[in-house]
Amino acid sequence: MQKVLTGNEAAAWGAMCAQAQVISAYPITPQTTIIEELANLVANGMLDARFIKVESEHSAMAGCIGAQAAGARTFTATSSQGLALMHELLHWAALGRLPVVMADVNRAMAPGWSIWTDQNDSLAQRDTGWLHYYCESNQEVLDTVIQSYKVAETVDLPVMLVLDAFFLSHTYEAVHIPSQDETAKYLPPYKPSIYLDVKDPHAFGGIVQQDVYMEFRYKMQVAMNEALEVAEKADDDFREMFGRGYGLIEPYRLDDADYVLVTSGTVASTARVTVDDLREKGHSVGMLKIRMLRPFPFEKVRQILSGRKRVAVLDRNICVGMGGIFTQEIRNAMYHIPEDKRPSIYGYIVGLGGRDVSPEVIASIAEDVQKRAVADGEQVWIGLKE
Amino acid sequence: MEALSYLKHFKEVAEHEIMHSGHVACPGCGAAIAMRLALKTLGRDTMLIIPACCWAVIDGPFPYSACSVPVYQTAFETASITAGAVRAGLDATGKKGINVVAWAGDGGTFDIGFGQLSACAERNDNIIYVCYDNEAYMNTGIQRSSATPWGAWTSTTPGSDYKKERKKNLLEIMAAHRIPYAASTTVAYPDDLVLKFRKAMSIEGFRLIHIFSPCPPGHKALEKNSILEARYAVESRVFPLYEVEDGTKYTLSMDPPTRPVADYLDLQGRFRHLNKKERSFIQQAVDEEWTRLMHRMRIDEAL
Ligand SMILES: Cc1ncc(C[n+]2csc(CCOP(=O)(O)OP(=O)(O)O)c2C)c(N)n1
Ligand SMILES: [Mg+2]
Repeated sequence: MQKVLTGNEAAAWGAMCAQAQVISAYPITPQTTIIEELANLVANGMLDARFIKVESEHSAMAGCIGAQAAGARTFTATSSQGLALMHELLHWAALGRLPVVMADVNRAMAPGWSIWTDQNDSLAQRDTGWLHYYCESNQEVLDTVIQSYKVAETVDLPVMLVLDAFFLSHTYEAVHIPSQDETAKYLPPYKPSIYLDVKDPHAFGGIVQQDVYMEFRYKMQVAMNEALEVAEKADDDFREMFGRGYGLIEPYRLDDADYVLVTSGTVASTARVTVDDLREKGHSVGMLKIRMLRPFPFEKVRQILSGRKRVAVLDRNICVGMGGIFTQEIRNAMYHIPEDKRPSIYGYIVGLGGRDVSPEVIASIAEDVQKRAVADGEQVWIGLKE
Repeated sequence: MEALSYLKHFKEVAEHEIMHSGHVACPGCGAAIAMRLALKTLGRDTMLIIPACCWAVIDGPFPYSACSVPVYQTAFETASITAGAVRAGLDATGKKGINVVAWAGDGGTFDIGFGQLSACAERNDNIIYVCYDNEAYMNTGIQRSSATPWGAWTSTTPGSDYKKERKKNLLEIMAAHRIPYAASTTVAYPDDLVLKFRKAMSIEGFRLIHIFSPCPPGHKALEKNSILEARYAVESRVFPLYEVEDGTKYTLSMDPPTRPVADYLDLQGRFRHLNKKERSFIQQAVDEEWTRLMHRMRIDEAL
């Protein structure tokens, strides 16, 4: 079936296709229409799920944790302040090895209140042990929800998929929706290896002393490493079955490019157009979209970027006191390659609090990175007012 | 019981206009009227602590504010503790004679801020906590809260999944904390609202005022009917006006002429889907609650 959906509706329909059994969620702009759509899907019988209409995001995540521990497939969605309020439980889900799937609609943090997009909310949760996908289109949102379950339930780690406020969440596109039966062929029903079961009683989450705590953490790291391959295969299998795939990163017109723009989310779409335009004008510019941030696809990023002249990383986020977060990630990945193959990495801060990242903005970055001889480590803030 | 005047006391405070035009509330917004009346009574030596809610928007976008008193916006779940801590800060720096007012919606009060609210009440933090209650999360587009009444449509209780749980009884919960003052009021009775704020100002410790606030888009009601809806809520005993001092001394502010609950429901599209049986169930529940309230008042008198 094909339907015209917003990014938010696509997230809800993704959970419907995947037959999430328990939804535990709390409203926040711009996520609200995800849970309103889910409430509709449950009310009209299209999704056979319990919907716990909790009183806070802290409880929303705790609700997913409880239901998942009982052996059910769960779904939630949130945004900015709500995600921040979940923080303790994000660790809980990850260290508890519960494959919860959540959509986060990127929204700038308060104060002052902003409902517009930037990545500081999700990136502040980067180190909680969740897998992170950044989506570019509504179709990718729906498909990534389904893929997320596949990956999460294979490696027993939770997945957060991220979509930009309004540019995706409230923008309509035509979206293919597989039926629940079709989806079930790709994603069989959730069968946890261990859960709350009176016939096979286990105690979860007891005190862990110095002698084993590290090992628990190490196992998460191993699972994360494994998740790279699992996610890659999940995407390949998805492509085979549904004819659509995205990769963990996506190169765009990079074959012979000296200069690379690194993007994520909807900025990638705008960058495609800008790259086409620049190519026509004879610039040797291409684009690399980062879809998966955790686990970080080190090898792939290294392979693609090594030997380039310069790399411009567009960060719709700011780690104050450090710089753009994707820039740090890319620098980190590129440090350990031979010096003669290592490109200079330029960081750009763009579009905070939903400020438009237009083709002109991206073109000005492409111009700067080609002109400026030295990447001095400082971030360049694009379009700042006096 | 003395009949309740409408505008006698209101006229006494009518001169001060502390909330100004230029705010961005919807037409017919009960919460805007409530703030106007409250600030008139509280005066300029007042600070407002506002969590995420419609009022976080109504006050106006940066760098504007519709209220000419200090306004501090805070995280959704933290109105009570932030206000309590503002009081601590004022005390610590020797500033006296200021009304510290937490101004939160029902979601911030009944739901996400409920734990903090209870903690502040238990500590008897010296603030006036105002809950303007429009019975759902209106700022985010009409999702259910635990203040949403039984039977109501919201965007998270759609179609046949209309709300099947009853509304929390905030005043009883707060009275059970034995706070010095807890009262209910609404915008259809300006005098009652003014008198209750005056009384709250004369008391120290944790004071809570629960204001029923019609919301035309959220209740699917006509803008011109907001005052009527608030009046019918009282007259039909859906929202009784009373106060509780020290958790035990109950005073009914008004013994309303009984109006059928149907009159109240009929003003609002959010109840339109209910059939006869469901509507009479609501009437029955309202009657029972009223009887319980009368019993509680008599228990207090008997002791
Ligand atoms: C932690 C957190 N979760 C969710 C939100 C989103 N949010 C802002 S206002 C609001 C609803 C407020 O409802 P209520 O308190 O009843 O006030 P009203 O909008 O009805 O005036 C919500 C859910 C938020 N700002 N912060
Ligand atoms: Mg409300």
